[in-house]
Amino acid sequence: MTPHPINPFNHDIPAPETPMVNVNFNGSWIQIPKGTNVVEVTRQQDSFLPHYCYHPKLSISGNCRMCLFEMGTPRMDAERKPVVGADGNPEIAWIPRPQIGCATTVTEGMGIRTESPMAVECRKGVMEFLLINHPLDCPICDQAGECKLQEFSTEYGNGYSRFVENKVKKPKNVDLGKNIVLDDERCILCSRCVRFAKEVVQDDVLGFVQRGSLNTLTAHPGKRFDNPYSLNTVDICPVGALTSKDFRFKMRVWFLKETKSISTWDGTGSNIIIGSRENKIYRITPRENEEVNSCWMPDEARFEFHACQDEKRFQQPLAKVKDDFFPSSWTDILPRVAQELTKYKGSEIAILASAKQTNEELFLLRSLAHTLGVTLMDIKPRVQEGDRFLISQDGNPNSQGAELLGVSQKGKKLPEIAEGIDSGKIKALISITEDAVDCGINEAALKKLSFHVHIGTQPNKANQNAAFILASAGFGETRGSMINVKGRLQRLNKAIACPGHAQEDWEILRDLKSAVGGGNGLHTIEDVFRAMSQTVPSLAGLSLSKIGDLGLQLNGTVSILSPREIKPVSVTA
Amino acid sequence: MAAPQRRLIFKHIDAPGYTNDIDCYIKHGGYDDLKKSITMEPTAIKDEVKKSQLRGRGGAGFSCGMKWSFIDAKKVTKPIYLICNADESEPGTFKDRQIIHKDPHQLIEGMIISCFANSVKLAYLYIRGEFPEGAKILERAIEEARAKNFIGKNILGTGYELEIYIHRGAGAYICGEETGLIESLEGKRAYPRIKPPYFPAVLGLYMCPTIVNNVETLCNVKHVINMGGEAFAKIGTPNNTGTRVLCVSGDVNKPGYYEFECGSLTMGELINDVCGGIRNGRKLKAVIPGGSSAKVLRAGEKFKLKQKGADGAMVDKEITLEDIPVDFDSFAAVGTMAGSGGVIVMDDSRDMVECLANISEFYAHESCGQCTPCREGSLWMKKITHRMAHGQARKEDSALLKNVADNIAGRTICAFGEACSWPVQSFLAKFPEEFQAKANKDEELVLGK
Amino acid sequence: MAITLLPEFENKIETAITHYPVSKRSASLPLLHLWQEEFGHISDEAIDWIAAKLDLQPINILELVTFYPMFRRQPFGKHHIRICRTLSCALGGSYETHACFKKATGAEGDDHGPVSSPDGKYTIEFVECLASCGTAPVVMMNDDFYEDVNESKIQELLQKYQ
Repeated sequence: MTPHPINPFNHDIPAPETPMVNVNFNGSWIQIPKGTNVVEVTRQQDSFLPHYCYHPKLSISGNCRMCLFEMGTPRMDAERKPVVGADGNPEIAWIPRPQIGCATTVTEGMGIRTESPMAVECRKGVMEFLLINHPLDCPICDQAGECKLQEFSTEYGNGYSRFVENKVKKPKNVDLGKNIVLDDERCILCSRCVRFAKEVVQDDVLGFVQRGSLNTLTAHPGKRFDNPYSLNTVDICPVGALTSKDFRFKMRVWFLKETKSISTWDGTGSNIIIGSRENKIYRITPRENEEVNSCWMPDEARFEFHACQDEKRFQQPLAKVKDDFFPSSWTDILPRVAQELTKYKGSEIAILASAKQTNEELFLLRSLAHTLGVTLMDIKPRVQEGDRFLISQDGNPNSQGAELLGVSQKGKKLPEIAEGIDSGKIKALISITEDAVDCGINEAALKKLSFHVHIGTQPNKANQNAAFILASAGFGETRGSMINVKGRLQRLNKAIACPGHAQEDWEILRDLKSAVGGGNGLHTIEDVFRAMSQTVPSLAGLSLSKIGDLGLQLNGTVSILSPREIKPVSVTA
Repeated sequence: MAAPQRRLIFKHIDAPGYTNDIDCYIKHGGYDDLKKSITMEPTAIKDEVKKSQLRGRGGAGFSCGMKWSFIDAKKVTKPIYLICNADESEPGTFKDRQIIHKDPHQLIEGMIISCFANSVKLAYLYIRGEFPEGAKILERAIEEARAKNFIGKNILGTGYELEIYIHRGAGAYICGEETGLIESLEGKRAYPRIKPPYFPAVLGLYMCPTIVNNVETLCNVKHVINMGGEAFAKIGTPNNTGTRVLCVSGDVNKPGYYEFECGSLTMGELINDVCGGIRNGRKLKAVIPGGSSAKVLRAGEKFKLKQKGADGAMVDKEITLEDIPVDFDSFAAVGTMAGSGGVIVMDDSRDMVECLANISEFYAHESCGQCTPCREGSLWMKKITHRMAHGQARKEDSALLKNVADNIAGRTICAFGEACSWPVQSFLAKFPEEFQAKANKDEELVLGK
Repeated sequence: MAITLLPEFENKIETAITHYPVSKRSASLPLLHLWQEEFGHISDEAIDWIAAKLDLQPINILELVTFYPMFRRQPFGKHHIRICRTLSCALGGSYETHACFKKATGAEGDDHGPVSSPDGKYTIEFVECLASCGTAPVVMMNDDFYEDVNESKIQELLQKYQ
């Protein structure tokens, strides 16, 4: 695992070729890379040392004191040589004062007891301290269900309070930034958010004011926490102090189904978890992948699912009769679309594809193009202002895939398409996802088209002119793969079903292709990937399952196919 | 009768006609020790300090020679810093104020010698904010010393270069903790650092090796050089060398500061002979011997102390509070500490619950709030003790209070955890009946009223 | 922000910064002291100004102003009376001294924060140990230090600090 270059710290990843040391962990001798901290040692041993302030990607603060453990050093004799016990192992001298696991790194012969009476007693003590001034508002707290205070108090809490005094009052419902609300009474002052802001995104706007028990997290008045990565602090806040304005009060987290997928917001392809319930997405959170986004993601990328919750979403395929769209059925509409398309020569058809499509969709599209003899096709490029962290300059999530599959000409063909339509040379247009007007084809030109079919999710400026609208899948509604800007092949997973009768794009394209050119034997998304891997050398030998949750770096330079090289797909049924 | 005072550090303090300017200081032999030191090898100075067995006067009593030996100037590639800890704020302690106001050049000279010994070119004198006049006196003293070429470039023609700057604190007790002080000097909240890895000798000021010494300790360095380490070690008792400035406050007839050879007098002699006994003809009830965080001692209590018997062998001897020799090891042996030398005396009219409530309020106010047990626990202890002192005690409060203190001590980032819990633990252990009596008064207590 | 600073004051600031050749941030506390001596309290503008001067974020300064008890965000009375509250002074009668000062000046309010007299002349504040425990109770009138301040001395002090 290569640590993400942006992280200032990677306590969980030992440097290459770190020598191993012998450590006695809860009674057994084990080998651990020298210098690993005790929280990570515990994690490596499939155990867990409770902690709040420690985070593997942030500096060590050591303030929560939850990871206190009992430490020992090799017992030395008068000549400073380790004493060997009867069992042949070195004897350990246990230190009476507990140590914090996060700031203690292993050395040869060290003893670690994480479950001794002393260690457990320490945790119970800290647990009680953290709770005495904490509001017991779990029933209305968004963190409930994934709150470290809740989790550890079930193991180390008293179950009753010995605190009969008045709790400390602090600010509540603080508008900390564009996307974040702060409840200072819930804050346990672990400083994770402060360190994230300072160390990871170098935006030193958070801090503690007041002193002692009155310590209060805040941003300076007039300097809000509006960083494009601010919501990562909500993720790493171990309690309910920092909450996302977008998610708060929307859903109890334990109801959320978690689906591993990737962000399609930009070319980075941040790994994510989609939280959904009853076919509705409620939030997107980052999923750790050191090769892509570590454990962070930009705020904006978390909101992309909202677009698909639009009330105007197409729920079924639509056919235009005179000036209005009427609902249709797939069995009715696809043959009609195919019939229309086959009326034209390949040179009279243009395809407006999208680098927001998956590899599988692009592959099937290319296959359809081949069957129709279409060669004029391109995607809409999205160059945006990136940063040196996780926001890519490429606003498309799959530009590499679109190029690899020969669909993209990086937008160079868009003027030719626009001109062809305007001049009447192009008579039919297949547009997918993209708004043709945004691609430079003006509405007057679009009216000149004899035939326009759009595959998409929502009304746009152009598709009102289409003859048919094929209702397709939105974010989180489809499976497939994409290749990020760094050439990493990654998997999307389906969190929810398409609304109404809408279908996944790959199904629509598969069925359209067979309606145009006969059956192709592709039944599942796996079939599509297999067919693709047999055609595209860069994907040879791969399958969707081989990509895995963390994706695969494609070897060497990705060989790009030009439209001229498009070969017929040969798939056996 | 008590042994006479031996004034080493306080030799000139309050002496008639003695002023705090450099001319007066030089007239009394000032800066001669600097002139002597600067011709010595720095390592030779460090050897003398080691031989002197000088222990830190700030509270922990750590060996000064040992502290200095952690940094080997020959091996260190980064600059080495020295900081004088003049953030005197341990309640009951008021020695540094006298040195700074009345004999500032003694401190400056001790600092220069210590800097030279440790190859320090930039030193800071961190003085507590509540000493504005002290800061001005020190500023002037530094300018005077600079004018005489004791500070600055090419000191006394030796090529040695040193700058000393005054840095004022702003009312935070925690700055007395050396890593909190370093953070404060770096312009941050005085949050003590975690150790490991941030030992000042390795990762101190600006992440460079740093020595932090108390005012009295640095003054002592001058005297170590003056008389030689071995001669210094003969003052006091073995392992408790030199003199000790004792600051006595509270219910005695003559509170004040006194300087004695370590171990040359007992607690009883200090209170009764030196300080003229308890005020208003009352009886002694309790003594906090080393600043308010030291564990309290109760009059009438019996302690076991190892002492040399007639045959020279060590024997356990049962002694009373009044018999305890005033030195580091004896206080440690009776379960408390010599600390900063601040002796607070309480007479038999004092309500121990109220006294503890006062101390706990101090610690609740001064906790920096960085780590959980101290931040939450210090305020909790204040609330419980206040409640108990104000007629709202419950039977279970003593046990609760003790348990809260137990859950803090030893589990915090810095020694403040002990500082705030030791008084609680010791007051409860030594005066349990007073705490219980509070509870018995209010059987039908309803809390929160 | 319209702050005009006198050249002498700016000189003091520049000099203070030179004392910290390694890190300007170290000059935060000295600059806050200078500012408070000059203007009486640390305003929002002061925080922004000092932060900009030291290439810091305002939060870095706000963190300090609220941590160190000697800095104040609000103007105080003409004379600041600090009375030590800690054990030795309490044993010596500092609570009585505090109460007397309040009564004599007409200041009312919570003992745990600064309280000001109605005429705005005095702000009385209980503070922790002032390190002169042998002459309890001790009081600071502005930057001046007074020992053994019991009831009899209070009128005298208030007369002196008009």
